[in-house]
Amino acid sequence: MTSTAETEPSGGSPGRRLSSFLHRHPRLRLGLLLTPPLSWLLLAYLGSLVVLFVAAFWRLDPFTAQVVHDYGFQNFRQLWESDVYRTITVRTIGIAAAVTVTDILLAFPIAFYMAKVASRRTRNLLVVAILLPLWASYLVKVYAWRIILQENGILNWVLDPFGLSGPGFGNVATWLVFSYLWLPFMILPVYAGLERIPSSMLEASADLGGRGLRTLWRVVLPLALPAIAAGSIFTFSLTLGDYITPQLVSSTQFIGNVVYINVGVANNLPFAAAFATVPVVVMVVYLLLARRAGAFENL
Amino acid sequence: MTSRLGTWALRGLTGLTLAFIYLPLLVIFLYAFNDRRSLVWPLEGLTTKWFGRAIDNPGVRDALLVSLQAALGATAIALLLGSLVAMAVARHRFFGRDAISFLVILPIALPGIVTGMALNATFRNLPEPFGVDLGLFTIMVGHATFCIVVVYNNVVARLRRTQTSLEEASADLGADAWQTFRFVTFPQLKTALLAGGLLAFALSFDEVIVTTFTAGPDQTLPIWILNNLSRPNQLPIVNVVAVFVILLSMIPVYFASKLSSESSIPGAR
Repeated sequence: MTSTAETEPSGGSPGRRLSSFLHRHPRLRLGLLLTPPLSWLLLAYLGSLVVLFVAAFWRLDPFTAQVVHDYGFQNFRQLWESDVYRTITVRTIGIAAAVTVTDILLAFPIAFYMAKVASRRTRNLLVVAILLPLWASYLVKVYAWRIILQENGILNWVLDPFGLSGPGFGNVATWLVFSYLWLPFMILPVYAGLERIPSSMLEASADLGGRGLRTLWRVVLPLALPAIAAGSIFTFSLTLGDYITPQLVSSTQFIGNVVYINVGVANNLPFAAAFATVPVVVMVVYLLLARRAGAFENL
Repeated sequence: MTSRLGTWALRGLTGLTLAFIYLPLLVIFLYAFNDRRSLVWPLEGLTTKWFGRAIDNPGVRDALLVSLQAALGATAIALLLGSLVAMAVARHRFFGRDAISFLVILPIALPGIVTGMALNATFRNLPEPFGVDLGLFTIMVGHATFCIVVVYNNVVARLRRTQTSLEEASADLGADAWQTFRFVTFPQLKTALLAGGLLAFALSFDEVIVTTFTAGPDQTLPIWILNNLSRPNQLPIVNVVAVFVILLSMIPVYFASKLSSESSIPGAR
Protein backbone atom coordinates (compact mmCIF):
# COMPACT_ATOMS: atom_id res chain seq x y z
CA MET A 1 0.00 0.00 0.00
CA THR A 2 2.87 2.39 0.72
CA SER A 3 6.34 2.85 -0.61
CA THR A 4 8.02 2.09 2.72
CA ALA A 5 8.12 -1.58 1.82
CA GLU A 6 11.55 -1.40 0.19
CA THR A 7 13.22 -0.05 3.30
CA GLU A 8 11.82 -2.85 5.44
CA PRO A 9 14.56 -4.85 7.20
CA SER A 10 14.47 -8.51 6.32
CA GLY A 11 15.47 -9.71 9.79
CA GLY A 12 13.32 -10.31 12.86
CA SER A 13 11.01 -13.09 13.92
CA PRO A 14 9.42 -15.44 11.39
CA GLY A 15 6.08 -13.73 11.92
CA ARG A 16 7.63 -10.35 11.28
CA ARG A 17 9.41 -11.68 8.17
CA LEU A 18 6.17 -13.16 6.90
CA SER A 19 4.25 -9.94 7.40
CA SER A 20 6.85 -7.80 5.68
CA PHE A 21 6.90 -10.34 2.86
CA LEU A 22 3.13 -10.01 2.57
CA HIS A 23 3.44 -6.25 2.83
CA ARG A 24 5.78 -6.22 -0.15
CA HIS A 25 3.48 -8.48 -2.14
CA PRO A 26 0.00 -6.98 -1.97
CA ARG A 27 -1.19 -9.25 -4.80
CA LEU A 28 -0.32 -12.33 -2.75
CA ARG A 29 -2.06 -10.85 0.28
CA LEU A 30 -5.11 -10.13 -1.83
CA GLY A 31 -5.01 -13.70 -3.12
CA LEU A 32 -4.90 -15.09 0.41
CA LEU A 33 -7.81 -12.89 1.44
CA LEU A 34 -9.95 -13.81 -1.53
CA THR A 35 -9.25 -17.53 -1.90
CA PRO A 36 -11.49 -18.88 0.91
CA PRO A 37 -14.60 -16.73 0.30
CA LEU A 38 -14.34 -16.95 -3.48
CA SER A 39 -13.90 -20.69 -3.51
CA TRP A 40 -16.99 -20.95 -1.31
CA LEU A 41 -19.11 -18.64 -3.45
CA LEU A 42 -17.85 -20.02 -6.76
CA LEU A 43 -18.03 -23.69 -5.79
CA ALA A 44 -21.05 -23.77 -3.53
CA TYR A 45 -23.10 -21.06 -5.18
CA LEU A 46 -22.17 -20.23 -8.77
CA GLY A 47 -21.35 -23.89 -9.35
CA SER A 48 -24.80 -24.81 -8.13
CA LEU A 49 -26.43 -22.26 -10.38
CA VAL A 50 -24.55 -23.74 -13.34
CA VAL A 51 -25.68 -27.26 -12.37
CA LEU A 52 -29.23 -25.94 -12.19
CA PHE A 53 -28.99 -24.32 -15.58
CA VAL A 54 -27.54 -27.46 -17.14
CA ALA A 55 -30.18 -29.62 -15.45
CA ALA A 56 -32.89 -27.61 -17.21
CA PHE A 57 -31.85 -29.30 -20.45
CA TRP A 58 -31.96 -32.85 -19.06
CA ARG A 59 -35.13 -34.87 -19.13
CA LEU A 60 -37.07 -37.30 -17.02
CA ASP A 61 -37.57 -40.77 -18.43
CA PRO A 62 -41.35 -41.25 -18.13
CA PHE A 63 -41.06 -45.01 -17.57
CA THR A 64 -38.22 -45.30 -15.07
CA ALA A 65 -38.81 -41.85 -13.49
CA GLN A 66 -35.04 -41.39 -13.61
CA VAL A 67 -33.30 -38.24 -14.79
CA VAL A 68 -31.67 -38.83 -18.17
CA HIS A 69 -28.60 -36.71 -18.90
CA ASP A 70 -29.11 -36.00 -22.57
CA TYR A 71 -29.70 -32.51 -23.71
CA GLY A 72 -32.69 -30.92 -25.38
CA PHE A 73 -35.25 -28.15 -25.16
CA GLN A 74 -38.20 -30.40 -24.31
CA ASN A 75 -38.77 -28.84 -20.85
CA PHE A 76 -38.88 -25.33 -22.27
CA ARG A 77 -41.16 -26.47 -25.08
CA GLN A 78 -43.52 -27.99 -22.52
CA LEU A 79 -43.52 -24.71 -20.57
CA TRP A 80 -44.17 -22.64 -23.64
CA GLU A 81 -46.96 -24.79 -25.04
CA SER A 82 -48.93 -25.43 -21.87
CA ASP A 83 -51.72 -23.00 -20.95
CA VAL A 84 -51.45 -23.95 -17.28
CA TYR A 85 -47.85 -22.87 -16.94
CA ARG A 86 -48.44 -19.72 -18.94
CA THR A 87 -51.30 -18.77 -16.60
CA ILE A 88 -49.10 -19.46 -13.57
CA THR A 89 -46.30 -17.34 -14.99
CA VAL A 90 -48.63 -14.44 -15.77
CA ARG A 91 -50.22 -14.70 -12.31
CA THR A 92 -46.83 -14.72 -10.56
CA ILE A 93 -45.46 -11.75 -12.48
CA GLY A 94 -48.78 -9.88 -12.27
CA ILE A 95 -49.04 -10.21 -8.50
CA ALA A 96 -45.35 -9.32 -8.12
CA ALA A 97 -46.02 -6.12 -10.07
CA ALA A 98 -49.20 -5.33 -8.09
CA VAL A 99 -47.35 -5.89 -4.80
CA THR A 100 -44.55 -3.58 -5.93
CA VAL A 101 -46.96 -0.77 -6.83
CA THR A 102 -48.89 -1.22 -3.56
CA ASP A 103 -45.72 -1.09 -1.50
CA ILE A 104 -44.52 2.06 -3.27
CA LEU A 105 -47.84 3.77 -2.43
CA LEU A 106 -47.81 2.54 1.18
CA ALA A 107 -44.13 3.28 1.78
CA PHE A 108 -44.01 6.81 0.40
CA PRO A 109 -45.95 8.73 3.10
CA ILE A 110 -44.22 7.12 6.08
CA ALA A 111 -40.81 7.39 4.39
CA PHE A 112 -41.45 11.05 3.61
CA TYR A 113 -42.56 11.72 7.18
CA MET A 114 -39.44 10.04 8.53
CA ALA A 115 -37.08 11.84 6.16
CA LYS A 116 -38.49 15.36 6.05
CA VAL A 117 -40.96 16.00 8.86
CA ALA A 118 -40.15 13.98 11.97
CA SER A 119 -37.73 15.19 14.62
CA ARG A 120 -34.37 13.46 14.84
CA ARG A 121 -35.48 11.43 17.84
CA THR A 122 -38.76 10.31 16.29
CA ARG A 123 -36.92 9.45 13.09
CA ASN A 124 -34.47 7.17 14.85
CA LEU A 125 -37.31 5.49 16.71
CA LEU A 126 -39.20 4.95 13.48
CA VAL A 127 -36.16 3.46 11.73
CA VAL A 128 -35.84 0.87 14.49
CA ALA A 129 -39.61 0.30 14.41
CA ILE A 130 -39.42 -0.52 10.69
CA LEU A 131 -36.18 -2.48 11.00
CA LEU A 132 -37.35 -4.80 13.78
CA PRO A 133 -40.20 -6.54 11.97
CA LEU A 134 -38.19 -6.62 8.74
CA TRP A 135 -36.63 -9.92 9.71
CA ALA A 136 -39.15 -11.03 12.32
CA SER A 137 -39.97 -14.44 11.02
CA TYR A 138 -41.45 -14.36 7.57
CA LEU A 139 -43.34 -17.60 8.15
CA VAL A 140 -44.94 -16.37 11.37
CA LYS A 141 -46.19 -13.26 9.58
CA VAL A 142 -47.87 -15.35 6.89
CA TYR A 143 -49.34 -17.53 9.61
CA ALA A 144 -50.67 -14.43 11.41
CA TRP A 145 -52.46 -13.38 8.24
CA ARG A 146 -53.84 -16.88 7.84
CA ILE A 147 -55.41 -16.51 11.28
CA ILE A 148 -56.69 -13.00 10.51
CA LEU A 149 -58.17 -13.85 7.12
CA GLN A 150 -59.77 -17.20 7.98
CA GLU A 151 -63.53 -17.69 8.00
CA ASN A 152 -63.84 -17.19 11.79
CA GLY A 153 -60.98 -14.71 11.89
CA ILE A 154 -60.58 -11.17 13.13
CA LEU A 155 -61.13 -9.43 9.81
CA ASN A 156 -64.55 -10.94 9.25
CA TRP A 157 -65.43 -10.19 12.88
CA VAL A 158 -64.48 -6.52 12.40
CA LEU A 159 -66.24 -6.19 9.05
CA ASP A 160 -69.36 -8.13 9.94
CA PRO A 161 -71.19 -5.26 11.74
CA PHE A 162 -70.88 -3.25 8.50
CA GLY A 163 -72.35 -6.07 6.48
CA LEU A 164 -69.00 -6.71 4.79
CA SER A 165 -66.67 -9.68 4.71
CA GLY A 166 -62.95 -10.08 4.08
CA PRO A 167 -61.39 -11.39 0.87
CA GLY A 168 -61.00 -14.94 2.20
CA PHE A 169 -58.18 -17.07 0.82
CA GLY A 170 -57.23 -16.46 -2.81
CA ASN A 171 -55.37 -14.08 -5.10
CA VAL A 172 -56.46 -11.00 -3.13
CA ALA A 173 -55.16 -12.54 0.09
CA THR A 174 -51.87 -13.41 -1.63
CA TRP A 175 -51.50 -9.84 -2.86
CA LEU A 176 -52.33 -8.43 0.57
CA VAL A 177 -49.95 -10.69 2.47
CA PHE A 178 -47.07 -10.15 0.04
CA SER A 179 -47.61 -6.37 0.26
CA TYR A 180 -47.47 -6.70 4.04
CA LEU A 181 -44.39 -8.90 4.05
CA TRP A 182 -42.18 -6.78 1.84
CA LEU A 183 -43.34 -3.30 2.94
CA PRO A 184 -40.32 -2.65 5.22
CA PHE A 185 -38.02 -3.57 2.32
CA MET A 186 -39.55 -0.66 0.40
CA ILE A 187 -39.79 1.84 3.27
CA LEU A 188 -36.09 1.74 4.21
CA PRO A 189 -34.55 2.49 0.79
CA VAL A 190 -37.20 5.11 -0.02
CA TYR A 191 -36.58 6.79 3.34
CA ALA A 192 -32.83 6.78 2.70
CA GLY A 193 -33.37 8.20 -0.78
CA LEU A 194 -35.71 10.97 0.42
CA GLU A 195 -33.34 11.88 3.22
CA ARG A 196 -30.63 12.60 0.68
CA ILE A 197 -32.79 15.18 -1.11
CA PRO A 198 -31.68 18.58 0.26
CA SER A 199 -34.54 20.43 1.94
CA SER A 200 -33.36 23.54 0.10
CA MET A 201 -34.67 22.01 -3.13
CA LEU A 202 -38.14 21.70 -1.66
CA GLU A 203 -37.94 25.28 -0.41
CA ALA A 204 -36.72 26.49 -3.81
CA SER A 205 -39.66 24.80 -5.46
CA ALA A 206 -42.03 26.41 -2.97
CA ASP A 207 -40.41 29.84 -3.50
CA LEU A 208 -40.88 29.46 -7.23
CA GLY A 209 -44.56 28.88 -6.65
CA GLY A 210 -44.69 25.09 -6.63
CA ARG A 211 -47.60 24.07 -4.46
CA GLY A 212 -47.33 20.98 -2.25
CA LEU A 213 -48.50 18.37 -4.72
CA ARG A 214 -46.71 19.96 -7.61
CA THR A 215 -43.40 19.96 -5.74
CA LEU A 216 -44.03 16.36 -4.87
CA TRP A 217 -44.69 15.38 -8.47
CA ARG A 218 -42.05 17.51 -10.21
CA VAL A 219 -39.21 17.60 -7.67
CA VAL A 220 -39.45 14.90 -5.01
CA LEU A 221 -40.61 12.00 -7.15
CA PRO A 222 -37.96 12.27 -9.89
CA LEU A 223 -35.23 12.58 -7.24
CA ALA A 224 -36.61 9.64 -5.28
CA LEU A 225 -36.99 7.40 -8.33
CA PRO A 226 -33.66 5.54 -7.94
CA ALA A 227 -34.52 4.72 -4.32
CA ILE A 228 -37.98 3.51 -5.31
CA ALA A 229 -36.39 1.34 -7.99
CA ALA A 230 -34.01 -0.08 -5.39
CA GLY A 231 -36.88 -0.97 -3.08
CA SER A 232 -38.84 -2.48 -5.94
CA ILE A 233 -36.02 -4.94 -6.60
CA PHE A 234 -36.79 -6.54 -3.24
CA THR A 235 -40.58 -6.48 -3.48
CA PHE A 236 -40.48 -7.87 -7.00
CA SER A 237 -37.81 -10.52 -6.54
CA LEU A 238 -39.10 -11.76 -3.18
CA THR A 239 -42.61 -12.19 -4.59
CA LEU A 240 -41.38 -13.98 -7.70
CA GLY A 241 -39.42 -16.51 -5.68
CA ASP A 242 -41.97 -17.31 -3.03
CA TYR A 243 -44.11 -20.39 -2.82
CA ILE A 244 -45.10 -20.59 0.85
CA THR A 245 -47.43 -17.58 0.96
CA PRO A 246 -49.59 -18.74 -1.98
CA GLN A 247 -49.66 -22.19 -0.39
CA LEU A 248 -50.84 -20.85 2.97
CA VAL A 249 -53.34 -18.13 2.02
CA SER A 250 -54.68 -19.32 -1.33
CA SER A 251 -55.21 -22.46 -3.33
CA THR A 252 -53.63 -21.05 -6.49
CA GLN A 253 -50.15 -21.82 -7.67
CA PHE A 254 -47.13 -19.64 -8.23
CA ILE A 255 -44.01 -20.53 -10.23
CA GLY A 256 -42.42 -21.45 -6.91
CA ASN A 257 -45.12 -24.00 -6.07
CA VAL A 258 -44.66 -25.83 -9.37
CA VAL A 259 -40.90 -25.78 -8.88
CA TYR A 260 -41.13 -27.08 -5.33
CA ILE A 261 -43.53 -29.89 -6.24
CA ASN A 262 -41.34 -30.94 -9.14
CA VAL A 263 -38.19 -31.04 -7.03
CA GLY A 264 -39.64 -32.71 -3.98
CA VAL A 265 -42.68 -34.78 -4.90
CA ALA A 266 -42.47 -35.47 -8.62
CA ASN A 267 -38.67 -35.72 -8.53
CA ASN A 268 -38.55 -34.01 -11.92
CA LEU A 269 -35.52 -31.79 -11.38
CA PRO A 270 -35.06 -30.96 -15.09
CA PHE A 271 -38.54 -29.49 -15.44
CA ALA A 272 -38.29 -27.61 -12.15
CA ALA A 273 -34.94 -26.18 -13.24
CA ALA A 274 -36.41 -25.08 -16.56
CA PHE A 275 -39.31 -23.29 -14.84
CA ALA A 276 -36.96 -21.69 -12.30
CA THR A 277 -35.09 -20.01 -15.15
CA VAL A 278 -38.22 -17.90 -15.78
CA PRO A 279 -37.97 -15.82 -12.56
CA VAL A 280 -34.20 -15.60 -13.04
CA VAL A 281 -34.58 -14.19 -16.54
CA VAL A 282 -37.32 -11.81 -15.38
CA MET A 283 -35.11 -10.69 -12.48
CA VAL A 284 -32.07 -10.14 -14.70
CA VAL A 285 -34.13 -7.96 -17.05
CA TYR A 286 -35.58 -6.14 -14.04
CA LEU A 287 -32.13 -5.59 -12.52
CA LEU A 288 -30.86 -4.16 -15.80
CA LEU A 289 -33.81 -1.75 -15.95
CA ALA A 290 -33.37 -0.85 -12.28
CA ARG A 291 -29.69 -0.17 -12.84
CA ARG A 292 -30.58 2.30 -15.59
CA ALA A 293 -32.84 4.04 -13.06
CA GLY A 294 -29.81 4.32 -10.76
CA ALA A 295 -31.10 1.80 -8.25
CA PHE A 296 -27.75 0.18 -7.49
CA GLU A 297 -26.39 3.28 -5.77
CA ASN A 298 -29.40 3.11 -3.43
CA LEU A 299 -29.23 -0.52 -2.35
CA MET B 1 -43.90 22.34 1.12
CA THR B 2 -45.53 20.53 3.99
CA SER B 3 -48.46 22.60 5.13
CA ARG B 4 -49.98 22.13 8.55
CA LEU B 5 -52.68 19.96 7.06
CA GLY B 6 -50.11 17.97 5.11
CA THR B 7 -48.08 17.34 8.25
CA TRP B 8 -51.10 15.98 10.06
CA ALA B 9 -52.05 13.82 7.10
CA LEU B 10 -48.52 12.40 7.00
CA ARG B 11 -48.57 11.80 10.73
CA GLY B 12 -51.87 9.94 10.41
CA LEU B 13 -50.65 7.81 7.52
CA THR B 14 -47.46 7.00 9.42
CA GLY B 15 -49.51 5.85 12.39
CA LEU B 16 -51.73 3.73 10.17
CA THR B 17 -48.74 2.14 8.46
CA LEU B 18 -47.15 1.28 11.81
CA ALA B 19 -50.44 -0.23 12.95
CA PHE B 20 -50.61 -2.24 9.73
CA ILE B 21 -47.08 -3.54 10.37
CA TYR B 22 -47.48 -4.39 14.05
CA LEU B 23 -51.11 -5.53 14.47
CA PRO B 24 -50.63 -8.96 12.83
CA LEU B 25 -47.66 -9.61 15.12
CA LEU B 26 -49.81 -8.62 18.09
CA VAL B 27 -52.45 -11.10 16.94
CA ILE B 28 -49.91 -13.91 17.20
CA PHE B 29 -48.97 -12.84 20.72
CA LEU B 30 -52.65 -12.91 21.74
CA TYR B 31 -53.24 -16.33 20.22
CA ALA B 32 -50.29 -17.78 22.14
CA PHE B 33 -52.39 -17.25 25.29
CA ASN B 34 -55.54 -18.64 23.70
CA ASP B 35 -57.49 -20.90 26.05
CA ARG B 36 -58.90 -23.19 23.37
CA ARG B 37 -57.37 -25.24 20.59
CA SER B 38 -59.39 -23.60 17.84
CA LEU B 39 -58.36 -20.33 16.19
CA VAL B 40 -61.84 -18.76 16.32
CA TRP B 41 -61.94 -15.03 17.11
CA PRO B 42 -62.82 -13.55 19.62
CA LEU B 43 -60.79 -15.53 22.15
CA GLU B 44 -62.82 -16.85 25.05
CA GLY B 45 -60.17 -17.08 27.73
CA LEU B 46 -56.46 -16.66 28.30
CA THR B 47 -53.97 -19.18 29.63
CA THR B 48 -50.22 -19.74 29.82
CA LYS B 49 -50.43 -23.53 29.74
CA TRP B 50 -49.27 -23.88 26.12
CA PHE B 51 -45.89 -22.39 26.98
CA GLY B 52 -45.16 -25.35 29.24
CA ARG B 53 -46.42 -27.81 26.64
CA ALA B 54 -44.24 -26.22 23.98
CA ILE B 55 -41.13 -26.50 26.13
CA ASP B 56 -41.86 -30.18 26.80
CA ASN B 57 -42.57 -30.98 23.15
CA PRO B 58 -39.71 -33.17 21.81
CA GLY B 59 -40.30 -32.08 18.21
CA VAL B 60 -39.93 -28.42 19.20
CA ARG B 61 -36.80 -29.15 21.19
CA ASP B 62 -35.13 -31.04 18.35
CA ALA B 63 -36.06 -28.34 15.86
CA LEU B 64 -34.77 -25.62 18.19
CA LEU B 65 -31.46 -27.46 18.53
CA VAL B 66 -31.12 -27.85 14.75
CA SER B 67 -32.00 -24.17 14.26
CA LEU B 68 -29.45 -22.99 16.81
CA GLN B 69 -26.70 -25.23 15.44
CA ALA B 70 -27.43 -24.18 11.86
CA ALA B 71 -27.57 -20.49 12.78
CA LEU B 72 -24.37 -20.59 14.84
CA GLY B 73 -22.49 -22.55 12.18
CA ALA B 74 -23.71 -20.36 9.34
CA THR B 75 -22.89 -17.21 11.35
CA ALA B 76 -19.35 -18.43 12.06
CA ILE B 77 -18.71 -19.24 8.39
CA ALA B 78 -20.29 -15.96 7.27
CA LEU B 79 -18.19 -13.95 9.76
CA LEU B 80 -14.97 -15.48 8.46
CA LEU B 81 -15.71 -15.36 4.74
CA GLY B 82 -17.62 -12.06 4.85
CA SER B 83 -14.84 -10.17 6.58
CA LEU B 84 -12.20 -11.64 4.25
CA VAL B 85 -14.09 -10.39 1.18
CA ALA B 86 -14.73 -7.05 2.88
CA MET B 87 -11.01 -6.57 3.61
CA ALA B 88 -10.11 -7.47 0.04
CA VAL B 89 -12.71 -5.16 -1.48
CA ALA B 90 -12.22 -2.21 0.89
CA ARG B 91 -8.42 -2.28 1.07
CA HIS B 92 -7.35 -3.30 -2.42
CA ARG B 93 -7.99 -2.23 -5.97
CA PHE B 94 -8.10 -5.03 -8.47
CA PHE B 95 -9.70 -6.16 -11.68
CA GLY B 96 -13.14 -7.65 -11.05
CA ARG B 97 -13.76 -5.93 -7.73
CA ASP B 98 -17.28 -4.89 -8.71
CA ALA B 99 -17.98 -8.42 -9.90
CA ILE B 100 -17.04 -9.74 -6.46
CA SER B 101 -19.37 -7.41 -4.58
CA PHE B 102 -22.07 -8.43 -7.04
CA LEU B 103 -21.33 -12.12 -6.46
CA VAL B 104 -21.67 -11.64 -2.69
CA ILE B 105 -25.09 -9.99 -3.07
CA LEU B 106 -26.39 -12.51 -5.64
CA PRO B 107 -27.52 -15.22 -3.18
CA ILE B 108 -30.11 -12.86 -1.66
CA ALA B 109 -30.88 -10.90 -4.83
CA LEU B 110 -32.03 -14.00 -6.70
CA PRO B 111 -35.37 -15.53 -5.68
CA GLY B 112 -35.13 -17.96 -2.77
CA ILE B 113 -36.40 -20.94 -4.73
CA VAL B 114 -33.58 -20.52 -7.23
CA THR B 115 -30.90 -20.55 -4.54
CA GLY B 116 -32.63 -23.43 -2.79
CA MET B 117 -33.06 -25.51 -5.92
CA ALA B 118 -29.56 -24.86 -7.16
CA LEU B 119 -28.06 -26.05 -3.87
CA ASN B 120 -30.45 -29.01 -3.80
CA ALA B 121 -29.49 -30.06 -7.33
CA THR B 122 -25.80 -29.82 -6.46
CA PHE B 123 -26.02 -31.73 -3.17
CA ARG B 124 -27.95 -34.54 -4.82
CA ASN B 125 -25.67 -34.77 -7.85
CA LEU B 126 -22.28 -34.60 -6.13
CA PRO B 127 -19.87 -37.24 -7.43
CA GLU B 128 -19.32 -40.17 -5.09
CA PRO B 129 -16.42 -39.36 -2.74
CA PHE B 130 -17.93 -35.95 -1.95
CA GLY B 131 -21.52 -37.11 -1.53
CA VAL B 132 -23.50 -35.56 1.33
CA ASP B 133 -26.89 -36.39 2.75
CA LEU B 134 -29.32 -33.52 3.14
CA GLY B 135 -29.41 -32.46 6.78
CA LEU B 136 -27.85 -30.09 9.27
CA PHE B 137 -24.64 -29.74 7.29
CA THR B 138 -26.37 -28.81 4.04
CA ILE B 139 -28.71 -26.40 5.89
CA MET B 140 -25.61 -24.70 7.27
CA VAL B 141 -23.94 -24.47 3.86
CA GLY B 142 -27.06 -22.90 2.35
CA HIS B 143 -27.54 -20.40 5.17
CA ALA B 144 -23.88 -19.41 5.21
CA THR B 145 -24.04 -18.66 1.49
CA PHE B 146 -26.66 -15.95 1.88
CA CYS B 147 -25.44 -14.76 5.31
CA ILE B 148 -22.03 -13.74 3.93
CA VAL B 149 -23.54 -10.58 2.48
CA VAL B 150 -24.78 -9.16 5.82
CA VAL B 151 -21.38 -9.52 7.44
CA TYR B 152 -19.73 -8.19 4.30
CA ASN B 153 -22.00 -5.12 4.20
CA ASN B 154 -21.31 -4.22 7.82
CA VAL B 155 -17.56 -4.78 7.70
CA VAL B 156 -17.03 -3.08 4.35
CA ALA B 157 -18.94 0.00 5.56
CA ARG B 158 -16.78 0.14 8.68
CA LEU B 159 -13.53 -0.35 6.77
CA ARG B 160 -14.43 2.45 4.37
CA ARG B 161 -14.84 4.84 7.30
CA THR B 162 -11.62 3.90 9.07
CA GLN B 163 -8.25 4.90 7.72
CA THR B 164 -5.36 2.67 6.80
CA SER B 165 -2.92 5.02 8.51
CA LEU B 166 -3.38 3.31 11.88
CA GLU B 167 -2.51 -0.08 10.38
CA GLU B 168 0.51 1.42 8.64
CA ALA B 169 1.66 3.06 11.87
CA SER B 170 1.34 -0.28 13.62
CA ALA B 171 3.47 -1.97 10.97
CA ASP B 172 6.04 0.84 11.08
CA LEU B 173 6.28 0.37 14.84
CA GLY B 174 7.28 -3.23 14.30
CA ALA B 175 4.06 -5.16 14.75
CA ASP B 176 3.66 -8.22 12.56
CA ALA B 177 0.53 -8.83 10.52
CA TRP B 178 -1.18 -10.81 13.28
CA GLN B 179 -0.39 -8.20 15.95
CA THR B 180 -1.67 -5.43 13.70
CA PHE B 181 -4.86 -7.35 13.11
CA ARG B 182 -5.23 -8.30 16.78
CA PHE B 183 -4.54 -4.89 18.31
CA VAL B 184 -5.44 -2.38 15.60
CA THR B 185 -7.78 -3.69 12.90
CA PHE B 186 -9.92 -6.02 15.00
CA PRO B 187 -10.82 -3.48 17.73
CA GLN B 188 -12.01 -1.10 15.01
CA LEU B 189 -14.11 -3.82 13.42
CA LYS B 190 -15.44 -5.37 16.60
CA THR B 191 -18.89 -3.77 16.70
CA ALA B 192 -19.35 -4.13 12.93
CA LEU B 193 -18.54 -7.84 13.23
CA LEU B 194 -20.92 -8.21 16.15
CA ALA B 195 -23.71 -6.40 14.30
CA GLY B 196 -23.10 -8.45 11.15
CA GLY B 197 -23.01 -11.65 13.19
CA LEU B 198 -26.27 -10.85 14.97
CA LEU B 199 -28.00 -10.08 11.68
CA ALA B 200 -26.62 -13.25 10.09
CA PHE B 201 -27.90 -15.24 13.07
CA ALA B 202 -31.37 -13.69 12.79
CA LEU B 203 -31.42 -14.23 9.03
CA SER B 204 -30.47 -17.89 9.37
CA PHE B 205 -32.78 -18.57 12.31
CA ASP B 206 -35.72 -17.25 10.34
CA GLU B 207 -35.05 -18.65 6.86
CA VAL B 208 -37.51 -21.13 5.43
CA ILE B 209 -37.55 -21.20 1.62
CA VAL B 210 -33.95 -22.21 0.95
CA THR B 211 -34.11 -24.48 3.99
CA THR B 212 -37.02 -26.51 2.60
CA PHE B 213 -34.72 -27.50 -0.28
CA THR B 214 -31.63 -28.28 1.81
CA ALA B 215 -33.00 -29.73 5.07
CA GLY B 216 -33.80 -33.28 4.03
CA PRO B 217 -35.23 -35.09 7.07
CA ASP B 218 -33.98 -32.49 9.58
CA GLN B 219 -36.33 -29.76 10.81
CA THR B 220 -35.43 -26.22 11.76
CA LEU B 221 -37.91 -24.33 13.90
CA PRO B 222 -39.56 -22.53 10.95
CA ILE B 223 -39.80 -25.86 9.08
CA TRP B 224 -41.37 -27.40 12.17
CA ILE B 225 -43.98 -24.63 12.18
CA LEU B 226 -44.65 -25.15 8.46
CA ASN B 227 -45.09 -28.90 8.91
CA ASN B 228 -47.43 -28.47 11.87
CA LEU B 229 -49.70 -25.78 10.44
CA SER B 230 -51.94 -28.46 8.98
CA ARG B 231 -52.32 -30.28 12.31
CA PRO B 232 -55.14 -28.60 14.29
CA ASN B 233 -54.06 -30.36 17.50
CA GLN B 234 -50.63 -28.76 17.36
CA LEU B 235 -51.80 -25.20 16.63
CA PRO B 236 -51.64 -23.91 20.25
CA ILE B 237 -48.00 -25.02 20.41
CA VAL B 238 -47.36 -23.52 16.97
CA ASN B 239 -48.64 -20.18 18.32
CA VAL B 240 -46.21 -20.29 21.23
CA VAL B 241 -43.29 -21.29 18.99
CA ALA B 242 -44.27 -18.46 16.63
CA VAL B 243 -43.96 -15.92 19.46
CA PHE B 244 -40.60 -17.38 20.40
CA VAL B 245 -39.35 -17.19 16.81
CA ILE B 246 -40.50 -13.55 16.49
CA LEU B 247 -38.62 -12.59 19.65
CA LEU B 248 -35.50 -14.55 18.79
CA SER B 249 -35.21 -12.90 15.38
CA MET B 250 -36.18 -9.41 16.59
CA ILE B 251 -33.81 -9.22 19.57
CA PRO B 252 -30.59 -9.70 17.58
CA VAL B 253 -31.75 -7.14 15.01
CA TYR B 254 -32.50 -4.66 17.80
CA PHE B 255 -29.02 -5.01 19.28
CA ALA B 256 -27.43 -4.92 15.84
CA SER B 257 -29.19 -1.64 15.06
CA LYS B 258 -27.95 -0.21 18.37
CA LEU B 259 -24.40 -1.33 17.60
CA SER B 260 -23.90 0.24 14.25
CA SER B 261 -25.79 2.89 12.44
CA GLU B 262 -24.94 1.34 9.08
CA SER B 263 -26.39 -2.03 9.90
CA SER B 264 -29.69 -1.27 8.24
CA ILE B 265 -29.27 -3.52 5.26
CA PRO B 266 -32.66 -4.12 3.79
CA GLY B 267 -31.28 -7.15 2.09
CA ALA B 268 -32.92 -10.34 3.03
CA ARG B 269 -35.41 -12.24 4.84
